[in-house]
Amino acid sequence: MMRVLVILAAAVALVSPAAASQRHPTQHELESELICPTCHTTLDQSNAPVAQQMKALIGQRIAAGDTKSQIEARLVAEYGRSVLAKPDTKGFDLLAWVLPIAGVVAGGIAVGIAAWRWSSRRDASSPADAEPLDPELEQLVDEELRRLEP
Amino acid sequence: MPSAPLRLGAQGAAVALVIGLLGLLVWKVSHQIGDETVAAGVRKGDRPTAPALDLERLDGGRLESAALAGKVQVINFWASWCEPCRDEAPLLEQTWRSMRARGVVVVGVDHQDATQFAREFAKRYRMTYPLVRDPDDKLYDKYGATGVPESFFVARDGRVVAHVPGAVTPETLAAGLERAGIR
Repeated sequence: MMRVLVILAAAVALVSPAAASQRHPTQHELESELICPTCHTTLDQSNAPVAQQMKALIGQRIAAGDTKSQIEARLVAEYGRSVLAKPDTKGFDLLAWVLPIAGVVAGGIAVGIAAWRWSSRRDASSPADAEPLDPELEQLVDEELRRLEP
Repeated sequence: MPSAPLRLGAQGAAVALVIGLLGLLVWKVSHQIGDETVAAGVRKGDRPTAPALDLERLDGGRLESAALAGKVQVINFWASWCEPCRDEAPLLEQTWRSMRARGVVVVGVDHQDATQFAREFAKRYRMTYPLVRDPDDKLYDKYGATGVPESFFVARDGRVVAHVPGAVTPETLAAGLERAGIR
């Protein structure tokens, strides 16, 4: 069951971006995902001349029926890779994708090991495995407890 | 007891990871800074060699350094969305037309611009000097430009002798050309 869920999650993660890149986006969607190369904010937050020109170009390409990936590719070709808000999936930028996943996996392993060690230690110190009390001391404790009872 | 080697291994892995990430950071920063830019060299009073150029022309074909060898060059970074570029375009065009016979060439390097808008701009301002595109900002970065417009003056020996950040005026243009050997 767990294996099926993992495969399904992986399939959804892989298919969603690919499907998104093939559909026709809205102006707002692209403006919130692309960066103005001179002011380094997303286009929807910028009124810089280059941002206004990029918005005009996006509007033209949407009207022409281009898909999201086609419009993004066109803007990268015209203005450079710095217009992409997301890091590239190759070269040095790939680390931006890999390192957080590696960090989560390493953290999960560390938590798992810590939990396993903690539960092992707790089992080792459980009352069932503890040494029996000295009979005299046990008797003393019983007497004290009886005295405390109303 | 297995926990001690395990702890030692985890600590070793963590230290190796931190050292590895630091190494990557140093490598990336050193590669990003790279060699000193042309602008920095000119500011210090040096005459740095003009970076090689091999770029696509706005009107088709390519422009290579070989075609500019032995000429005085005005390398002008511009964009169609840049307002000061509109002011200086007629002056650059006039300079190109009047000094072309004396071996002066103006090269307009279109920066962070859409081709269609750049072509419209060139047509509107009747720019006939060579216009090239620098979509990856490679030439822009090598020169160390920080915006548009900016102009660099290259003497006949291929050395950069002057830098004008912002729009050129008749005075700064004449001064740059004079430093490049045009009186």
